[in-house]
Amino acid sequence: MTETTLGLLSIFVLSVFVGFEVISKVSPILHTPLMSGANAIHGVILVGSMIVLGTGRGAATTVLGFLAVVLATMNVVGGFVVTDRMLEMFKGRGGPRRQPVEPPAGGDQR
Amino acid sequence: MTRLETLELIYLACAVSFIVALKGLSSPKWARQGNLIGAAGMLVAIATTFAWPGLHKIWLIVVGIVVGTAVAVPAARMVKMTAIPQMVAAFNGVGGGAAALVSLADFNMSHSSAGIGTSAAVLFSVLIGGVSFTGSAVTFAKLQELMTGRPVVLPRQRLLNTVLAVASLVFVIWGLAAGSMVAAVLLCLAALVFGVLFVLPVGGADVPVVISLLNAFTGLAVAASGAVLRMPLLIIAGTLVGASGTLLTQLMATAMGRPLTNILFGAITAKPTTAMVEGSTDRSVRTGTVDDVAILLAYARRVVVVPGYGLAVAQAQHTVHELAKLLEERGVEVSYGIHPVAGRMPGHMNVLLAEANVPYEQLQEMDEVNGRMGQTDVVLVVGANDVVNPAARDQPGSPIYGMPIIDADRAQQIVFMKRSMRPGFAGIDNALLYDAKTTMLFGDAKDTLGALVTAVKAA
Repeated sequence: MTETTLGLLSIFVLSVFVGFEVISKVSPILHTPLMSGANAIHGVILVGSMIVLGTGRGAATTVLGFLAVVLATMNVVGGFVVTDRMLEMFKGRGGPRRQPVEPPAGGDQR
Repeated sequence: MTRLETLELIYLACAVSFIVALKGLSSPKWARQGNLIGAAGMLVAIATTFAWPGLHKIWLIVVGIVVGTAVAVPAARMVKMTAIPQMVAAFNGVGGGAAALVSLADFNMSHSSAGIGTSAAVLFSVLIGGVSFTGSAVTFAKLQELMTGRPVVLPRQRLLNTVLAVASLVFVIWGLAAGSMVAAVLLCLAALVFGVLFVLPVGGADVPVVISLLNAFTGLAVAASGAVLRMPLLIIAGTLVGASGTLLTQLMATAMGRPLTNILFGAITAKPTTAMVEGSTDRSVRTGTVDDVAILLAYARRVVVVPGYGLAVAQAQHTVHELAKLLEERGVEVSYGIHPVAGRMPGHMNVLLAEANVPYEQLQEMDEVNGRMGQTDVVLVVGANDVVNPAARDQPGSPIYGMPIIDADRAQQIVFMKRSMRPGFAGIDNALLYDAKTTMLFGDAKDTLGALVTAVKAA
């Protein structure tokens, strides 16, 4: 935790540009997985939650930290699983490795 | 190299993996691999954190992770593809809540010594994270139909909003000036109430815009928590999501042809509108039979299906694919014209059709499909209305004027599948329904499509 405030600010500003640059190239077909995938990525707050819980002192901090860990885990795990389920369905036609796509578990199928 | 420096180096690699994950989404081919790389990066980041210097209560952390996983995995695996938007909202909300809690917990220990910069980051994260938490909860309730999807405006909501805004401002100034934990907690409570008040007045069809906006909020809340903890990993990841949510929100507002402020606050500031097209009462529509339409489709050369919200509601995506396959076997060229806001969130229709195994090469964007509309024999509009309303293009006085549309009216024939003559979400009449080239098929989209499949087989 040696970063200076200016260093952190630089990281933030550069990330804004990287973010806009990368996201503007995302195929419109994949905007829903994008939202869901981005959702999973901000689940990285789990790392912060673990550190706050693990290095904090006092009952209040422990309770808040524990709650944060539970919520953040739901965010990160749920986010990646849902995104993967969606992307699994986006397989092109005619590819050499095309296999019949299994209907996702519990999905609407008939 | 100290242990902390080693950890931070690993975190940097994880941040790169997140960028790769987003980059992968530029093509359906690489998207899944990209997402898996991001997930792997996340796993490494979490595992690495167990080696954080001075980390205690490891058992409690493990319990928390196990509990969270036990809740999220079944939910994420069971959710139907039509319910994806509310699932995204739910996972987004808990992330926002976590960001607010992290900042609060850290502030609880450091508030007496915190500088004004840290206090500002804490307060920002608490405010935005809190709004995202309850806002997403209301969004979830609306989309899951636990409550009405209509805009709900509480009595004296403007006054309530103003009071809340002023109170929040007081808490922010108090928190900044005194580094007060009490102020931060009060701000958190105000944010939780504000999240509810913010989403209640937004109508069902506009809720997806809110999901996207709240996604950006959570991202920024996480970035702010990263500033509090002085962790570049959180700042990078949170900011990426903030950028993604912001872009998508803009894109949706553009695709709806309405400014964001109107989408969010329209119900609060609304004046009763009289947006009916003149003379609409004495016009008649032509209602066709399933057999007529089946013949029309079976002997067409090129058919474009324009799916809308109604298709998702009727869960008719499998049936529409069945019909398309049948037509293709007869040599008809079939493609799907996807409006950017078709479905319940941007790109949702693509997911629903992909679930029904429609190859994504057949999913065409608005511009692509409009380019060949003149050579299209039949446009089959299933459960869509406003996105094909020519008023958006031709009538400067129309409330939806300026919204990009699919030019269904330029095709040879138009078939509308609707449940009733009720106007679309924008509440305005659609002249295309009365067009001489238009045939109406009333009824539930799934039933009607099923009947069409049978009729085309016989044709």
